[in-house]
Amino acid sequence: MSSPTKPLIPLAVLPKNELGLTVRDYEGAMSTLCAGCGHDSVTAAITQMYFELSMPPHMIAKLSGIGCSSKTPTYFVRGAHGFNSAHGRMATIATGANAANRELSYIGISGDGDSLSIGIGHLSHLMRRNVNMVYVLENNGVYGLTKGQFSASADIGSRSKRGVPNVVAPIDPIMLGLSMGATFLARSFSGDKEQLIPLLKAAVAHKGMALIDVISPCVTFNDHEGSTKSYRFMREHEVKEIETDFVPWQQEISMPHHKDDAREIIMHDGSAVRFRSVPEGYDPRDRQKVEEYIRERHERGEIATGLLYVNEDSSDVHEMNNTPETALAKVPFTKLCPGSAALMKLQEDFR
Amino acid sequence: MTTTIPDLAPGATSHEKVNNFALKLANVNGTGSASANSLLMQAIFRMGIPVSGKNLFPSNIQGLPTWYEIRVNKSGYTARALDYDLMVAMNSQTYGEDIKEVAAGGYVLYDSSWPLDAHLLRDDVTFLGVPLAKMCLENFSSSRERVLMKNIAYAGALVALLDLDLEVIATLLTESYSRNEKLLASNQKALRLGYDYARENFDCPLEFHVAPMDETAHSILIDGNTASALGCLYAGATVAGWYPITPATALMDNFTALCAKYRREPVDSTVPGGPDSFKNNYLILQAEDEIAAIGMVLGASWSGARSFTSTSGPGISLMSELLGLAYYTEIPAVIFDVQRTGPSTGMPTRTQQADILLCAYASHGDTKHILLFPANPHECFDFAVTSFDIAERFQTPVFVLSDLDIGMNDWVVPELTWDDTFVPDRGRVLDDEDLAGIAEFFRYTNENAEYVTPRTVPGSAEKGAYFIRGSGHDKFGKYTEVPAEYQEVVDRLKKKHAASASALPAPIEVRREGAHVGIITLGSCDLAVREAIDDLAERGIVADYLRVRGFPFVASVREFVEDHEHCFVVEQNRDGQLRSLIALETEVDINRMHPVLHYGGFPLSASQVVDAVTAALEVHP
Repeated sequence: MSSPTKPLIPLAVLPKNELGLTVRDYEGAMSTLCAGCGHDSVTAAITQMYFELSMPPHMIAKLSGIGCSSKTPTYFVRGAHGFNSAHGRMATIATGANAANRELSYIGISGDGDSLSIGIGHLSHLMRRNVNMVYVLENNGVYGLTKGQFSASADIGSRSKRGVPNVVAPIDPIMLGLSMGATFLARSFSGDKEQLIPLLKAAVAHKGMALIDVISPCVTFNDHEGSTKSYRFMREHEVKEIETDFVPWQQEISMPHHKDDAREIIMHDGSAVRFRSVPEGYDPRDRQKVEEYIRERHERGEIATGLLYVNEDSSDVHEMNNTPETALAKVPFTKLCPGSAALMKLQEDFR
Repeated sequence: MTTTIPDLAPGATSHEKVNNFALKLANVNGTGSASANSLLMQAIFRMGIPVSGKNLFPSNIQGLPTWYEIRVNKSGYTARALDYDLMVAMNSQTYGEDIKEVAAGGYVLYDSSWPLDAHLLRDDVTFLGVPLAKMCLENFSSSRERVLMKNIAYAGALVALLDLDLEVIATLLTESYSRNEKLLASNQKALRLGYDYARENFDCPLEFHVAPMDETAHSILIDGNTASALGCLYAGATVAGWYPITPATALMDNFTALCAKYRREPVDSTVPGGPDSFKNNYLILQAEDEIAAIGMVLGASWSGARSFTSTSGPGISLMSELLGLAYYTEIPAVIFDVQRTGPSTGMPTRTQQADILLCAYASHGDTKHILLFPANPHECFDFAVTSFDIAERFQTPVFVLSDLDIGMNDWVVPELTWDDTFVPDRGRVLDDEDLAGIAEFFRYTNENAEYVTPRTVPGSAEKGAYFIRGSGHDKFGKYTEVPAEYQEVVDRLKKKHAASASALPAPIEVRREGAHVGIITLGSCDLAVREAIDDLAERGIVADYLRVRGFPFVASVREFVEDHEHCFVVEQNRDGQLRSLIALETEVDINRMHPVLHYGGFPLSASQVVDAVTAALEVHP
C-alpha cells in the first residue's frame, strides 16, 4: 500500500516564506502511523522549522533507518531527497552522503531501537566524527512495528502493556553523547512544538552533529500507567528549566546582546541561541556541569529538556579532513586524475 | 581497458639452470628478513630477469616461522615453484621441515655459528655454512644491528653464490637508505661480510645462478593492493570508507598516500605552505566496522561521488545486508575483496579464492552482483578503473576479487598505461537541465537497452527528488506490496545484471590445435595454469585455456565447457565455487566440469595442476 497523498483543501491564504513557499510546500505524504503518535507531532515541527528557515526543499537530504520513526521522512518536505536505509545504518549512509556533498542540509530521523540498540555503534561514531547533520531520535522506549518489545531506552521498572516490568538499565542518548564527544545535545518532548522548533533550528545552524532526543510517546504500546515514556508521565516530570530561543542571523543586528555570555551562543552561521532561563551555575558549554545537572534531575525522577550541551568551537568531519568548501562529488575529473605523464613518472618507484 | 600479458616463451620447462631456479628463505618473523629478501628479488628484476617473490607469512607480529620464495625463470613462469634448489635456513625451529624440502642435488645455506644437528643432514644436499651470527657479533656493536644485519649478510652470500650484480645491489641499498647514512653503512658492511665469506669458502657461482637479460625493461615490480589503489586514484574516486583487515589494509594505505601526493589542490592562503594552503580533493573515512564502511560508500555514491571500500571475506559477510540494499535501490559501489583463507577468521595471511559465491549472491533475497577477477597487479589497476565505470553504468555494486597472493606479493607485470583521452562513464544521471526537459521524473522508469533507468543525485532540482527505499517499491519508486508491481522491478534487475556480461572484461581464451582437454580458471591461478598447459603439452596432452574475468558470464564460457570432452575448472577453494557458479548461471551440466581444487592457503603451483589433470585423465581417458 502506498502512502496516501494529503488532500489539498483550499484554506485561507497561507503565509509565505522568503522563497515564496507556504508550509504546505514543506509537507510530505500523509502519515500512516497510529492516530496520536508522538512522531507525527515531530514531523509537524520539522515541517514548520524548514518552512520558517526558508530552506530550499531540494537542498535538504532526509535519511532514516527502519522502524516507526524511520517511516516519518516520507511525511515531510516531499521536495527533499530521501533515503530510507536499513535498520540502524542511517548514520553510515548520512556520513558518506555528507562526505560527498557537504552543501546540503542533512536530517536523519531515527528511533530508540534504531539508534540505541542495533545502531548504537554507528551513532557513537557519527558523534565522534561530528558529521554536520541534524539527528532526531524519536524516543518512545518501545519497539512499535514489532508490537511492543522494550527498547534500550526503557527505564528500569517501566511496564510493558502486558504489565511486565523492564529490568535492564536504560541508555540515555544525551549521556552517551557527552561521553562520545558530541557537540550539540538537546532533549525535548514531541508534545511541545514551542520548544522543539527553536531546538531544530539551532540544530540546523550548528556546525556538526546535532542530536535531539525527542521523547515521543507510543500511543499503541507505551502510553499507559507504568510507562515512563507516556504523555502523562512526560507532562508530570518534564523540567523545562533550560529554555532556549533561536535567533536567525538576519535578525541579529536588532537584537541586543545578553550580558552573560553563557546565556547566548553564536552559531557558526552567525545565528544565536539564547537561553531564557538557566539554572544558576549551569553552562551548556561545560560538559561536566551538564552531566551533573542531568544526573541530579534524573535522580529526582525528572527529565530535563532544552539545549543541554553545545560546543561551537569544534571541527566537523570536513574541517578535520581539510576538504574543499564545495561538494567533493562536483570536483571535475580533470582535477582528480593525475594523467599519463604522472603515471609513467610514479612507476619509476616500481622499477 | 584491456590487459595484454605476453605469451609465455616455449621451452620453459628446460633443465638449464641459468635463470631457472627457485630459492626458499626460512626466517623468523619480526627479525627484519623482509627487506633482505625483497632486496634480492628486486635485484634480479633489475637485472632484466623474470622473477617472483612469494611471502608465506604467519598471522603474527614477531617470533613465528615465515618463508619467502623467489622463483627465477627466464621464460616468465613465475608461479610458485615447489622444487627448491636452495634453502636459506635461518629458523632453527623449522630446520627439519625446511631441509627436507630442498630438491635432491640442492643446497642449504645455514648459520654455522652453531653446529647443525647430525640428524638434519642429508647426503643428497650440499650444506653451505656461513657463520652469520658470529660475524655480526664481531662487526656490529648494537644488539639490534647484530640481529638485523644477519639478514643482509646472508643476502651478501647469495649475491656471490647466485652471481647477482653487485652494482645493482649497491644502488638498491643506496636508494633504500638514502635518508639514513649510518644504516646504509651497516648494510653495505654486512653485505660485504657475507659476500666475501662466500667467495672465500665456496665455489661461486653455483651451477644455478642468474645472468643478465632484457626481459623486464617495460615491466614494473608491483603488488596488487598498490595497483588497485592507483586504479582508484585514476578512476577519480573521492570518498572511501574502510575498516582495517589483512590482506586488504595496504590497498587503502596506498590510496591514502597517493591522495596525499596527487589530490592536494593549492588554494590562496595567507600562510604559504601552511595547513590552509591546500585542500584535499578526497575524504577517506576509517569506519567503526565494515557495515559502516559500505554504508559510507553507498551514501557517497548516492550523492554522486565515486566511492569504494577495500576489505576481505569477513568484511563482505558484515556488509551483506547493505549490499542487498544497494542492489535493490540501484546505487553504484565498488568493493575490493582481497580474499584470504576462510571460513570464519580462517588463516588471515594465507590466500584463497573462496568468496566467489559469497560475493556473487551477497545479501538475502534474490540478489546478484557483478564480479571482476583480476589475475595480477596489472589487471588490478585496469579493473579498478573499469569497476567504477561498470558500477555507475549499471547502478549496482561491483566487486573486484583479488586475493592475498596478488594483493600482497610483488609481481613483475607490464608497465601501467593511461590514455589521457579517457572520460569516465558516469552512467545515466539526470542534471537540472535534463530534468527541466521532462514532464515528470520517476526513479525506475525509462529503462534503456541495458535495463538501466536514469537517476538523480541529492541537491538536484525538486523535480528530481525521490525517496530511496529498501522496502518493496514499484517502478515509480513508491512503496508497494502489490505482487505485480514488486515483480516488475526485480525482473528488470535480473535482466540488467545479465546485460552487464558483455560490458565486463572478456574471458582470455587460448585454443590449440587438436585439444580435447579444456581448462577453465580465474584470478591468481593464471600463471600456474598456463605453465601447466605447456607442461601437459610436453606430455602429449593438448589443452585449451579459458580464464574468466567477469561475472555474469558471457556465452563463450558455456561454449568452452561444451566444446571439450574433458573440462577442468582450476580454482583455490574447497567446494569448486567457480564450477558451481558456471553450472548455476549457464545451466551447463556440472558433471561436464572436473574440479581441480587447491585450498591449503599457499599460492597454486603448475605441478599441482598437472598432477590433478593427468590423474583424472588416467581414470577417465
